Amino acid sequence: MTPAFHRLKDRIAVVGVGNTAYGNFPHTDDYGLGAEAFRRAVEDCGLDKNQVDGLGVCRLPYYARMGEILGLNPRWTVQFPAHGRMSAMAIIEAAAALEAGLCDYAALIYANIGRSRRVNYGGEESPGVWDPYGYTSPGAAHALMFQRHMALYGTTTRQLAEVSVAIRHHACLNPDAVMKQPITIEDHEAARPITAPLRLLDYCLINDGAVCLILTTKERARDLRKRPVMISGIGAREAYTNASLPNFDRNFWYDEVRDVADQAYGMAGVGPGDVDALMCYDNFSPTVLFSLEGLGFCKQGESGGFVEGGTLRLGGRLPTNTDGGHLSNSYMQGWALNVEAVRQIRGECGARQVPDAQVVQFAATTPCSRSIIYTPG
Amino acid sequence: MHDTPPAKPRPMIDATNRGFWDAARAGTLTVQRCDDCGHSHYPGSPVCPNCLSSRQSWAPVSGRGELLSWVRFHRAYWDGFREEVPYNVILVGLEEGPMMISNLLGAEPESLQVGEALEVVFEAVDDTLTLPKFRPAGAA
Repeated sequence: MTPAFHRLKDRIAVVGVGNTAYGNFPHTDDYGLGAEAFRRAVEDCGLDKNQVDGLGVCRLPYYARMGEILGLNPRWTVQFPAHGRMSAMAIIEAAAALEAGLCDYAALIYANIGRSRRVNYGGEESPGVWDPYGYTSPGAAHALMFQRHMALYGTTTRQLAEVSVAIRHHACLNPDAVMKQPITIEDHEAARPITAPLRLLDYCLINDGAVCLILTTKERARDLRKRPVMISGIGAREAYTNASLPNFDRNFWYDEVRDVADQAYGMAGVGPGDVDALMCYDNFSPTVLFSLEGLGFCKQGESGGFVEGGTLRLGGRLPTNTDGGHLSNSYMQGWALNVEAVRQIRGECGARQVPDAQVVQFAATTPCSRSIIYTPG
Repeated sequence: MHDTPPAKPRPMIDATNRGFWDAARAGTLTVQRCDDCGHSHYPGSPVCPNCLSSRQSWAPVSGRGELLSWVRFHRAYWDGFREEVPYNVILVGLEEGPMMISNLLGAEPESLQVGEALEVVFEAVDDTLTLPKFRPAGAA
């Protein structure tokens, strides 16, 4: 029997996308950045901004202040916490709300001012159970996982470097990206360790910026400026059992991501072999390896070999994070990757365009794993 | 004169986890076990995640486990650890199931294999706090 949520297949479109510049912007704040991204997304789709009657905000302090600034009094509002895993969660929530008629045009706005405000992701800013042992930070959790992956499967840091090198290559083709200098596997090997075995080049950036997506129903999308990009598949599975050991899973969220992939591919009617480009949550480079295994691009334990030789680069077997991802474009916590998926389907990506991109997949391998499959409307 | 070294973070002790830290001070490693269904878990929880019972106890465990993974911190996220970088943090899988973060004593993790046997050892920080740590099994 077809799962009930498959009724959302090709029902909801992303019609407008916008982003700010990315960098260090102490002169403004998260609302200012969010407003800029919203204005660009509205221009992108040609909608009268007063038609927006759904508002989702993420990492912004107060939804009502955002509404005040944008002159919006919507009939659907959701505030998402400042966690990296929220982007696809929010997009799926908005899709469900649009399908149910709770709003007609939903704007999702994400803003981050972590660079100018010197945010850390560990220590006193995020107290935890394991602090007395000196254990903290999402990076350390991924170091624990990658160390274990190396031990179980023989994966190497040179293979891990392939992820950072390919994604940096893409950033060099993206005018918006923060990091513009190419790197090599040797650069990765020589980078200073942070939480060994992870090095600086395995870590995402911390920068300011904002992203906005505007979604509506298939029928309403026809009246807007650009060809709609459809949400053709979605998948979701949480792993809360060991939430006190944050951002860690002993089996790399393999079972959860298998489940997510089965849901999303089954709904969209495609498989990994059909994916023209992958937008893969890359908070830390090992997450990409774990994602490739869970999604079924390779078998468990084989991602190290899979990525060797430029597999993830434009022109390779699976172009991944063509905007430069979190590692080298911008730390927009999944949001910019969803925007990039839309732009790839539209063919707007210039030097980093994947030719004839028809199926673009977003995936986040986290305690709340998600995937979205985008196709042309 | 010498300056007092910056303090390291201490556990946030509350009604749920007090039994764990009291037992550690007495030299016993415990996990929380449900009095009704026997489910073992760590850290403590106000109800049993398996059956939602409120009747739970801190039950002694063998103190044996395996090295699941490790990480070496080259960055000090607290001033109290600044003098110790690069220091090790290990992930231990206890025989009884639950996982614990700790530090390895008596060896460096680079010299061990993932899966190697470990045993608990107690490190008194001061009169009120003892941290369970681990060493290679049979190292004593």
